[in-house]
Amino acid sequence: MDLEKQQIQLLDMLSDQAIQAQIAVADWEEATDTVGQLLVASGKITPGYIEAMKRVLREMGPYAVIAPGIVLLHARPEDGVISACLGLITLSTPVEFGHSENDPVDIVLALGATDKSAHLRALQQLARLLGDEAGLALIRSASDNRTLFHHIRSLANSNEGS
Amino acid sequence: MRIATLCGMGFGTSMMLKLFIDEIFKAEGLKAEIIPWDLGTFKGQQADIVVAPTDMEMHLRTTKAKIVLIRNLVDKKEIREKVLAAFYELQSKT
Repeated sequence: MDLEKQQIQLLDMLSDQAIQAQIAVADWEEATDTVGQLLVASGKITPGYIEAMKRVLREMGPYAVIAPGIVLLHARPEDGVISACLGLITLSTPVEFGHSENDPVDIVLALGATDKSAHLRALQQLARLLGDEAGLALIRSASDNRTLFHHIRSLANSNEGS
Repeated sequence: MRIATLCGMGFGTSMMLKLFIDEIFKAEGLKAEIIPWDLGTFKGQQADIVVAPTDMEMHLRTTKAKIVLIRNLVDKKEIREKVLAAFYELQSKT
């Protein structure tokens, strides 16, 4: 697969409006609404995409909890992605998504892809970032939005080029 | 050998798994066809090994392929150990 051509970088999918630290939510639906609304407010997805992400989780099961404490929510491009994006919130109190082993979740990611290939490079960068234990500890400990965004930017940069 | 990576829609998880397995096989000097599929597409397809997230097991009961379930999809070590074990097991049978 050609990863060089027209590939969006992880940093291009992130915006400071869609990254928030230590949010309090009651359950997985409120977590999904919260991160989704940040992307709606920044003009990246339509409100319908939030409902689609919840539907996918209900219908397909909680496999979106991709690692201990981390959920990667997404639906299809045609469900309402305006431009490729990634929202991220950390939760002050972790919530259950119904996964057999990886619950509870305190890092909630919402991915909006525009097609099957343009976001692959960004996805690879994200996987590296999330696979880095020290980086995850920084993300989890960030107490305000600025610090969280700063950590994510520098982690995305440090994983760059490989 | 054909290895399918699966998720519900074929955009996130299955792509992430494919990228990791591509890297692992390249590093080991092994050859395999590694294809990301969504569940709907996969139902009409054949593969030797299916790699999927743990909680997708319920969707995989009808496949004849060897199933590898991954708990932590960003843990390259877990992916490497489980996928290579399945690969060598199948290879020794052929």
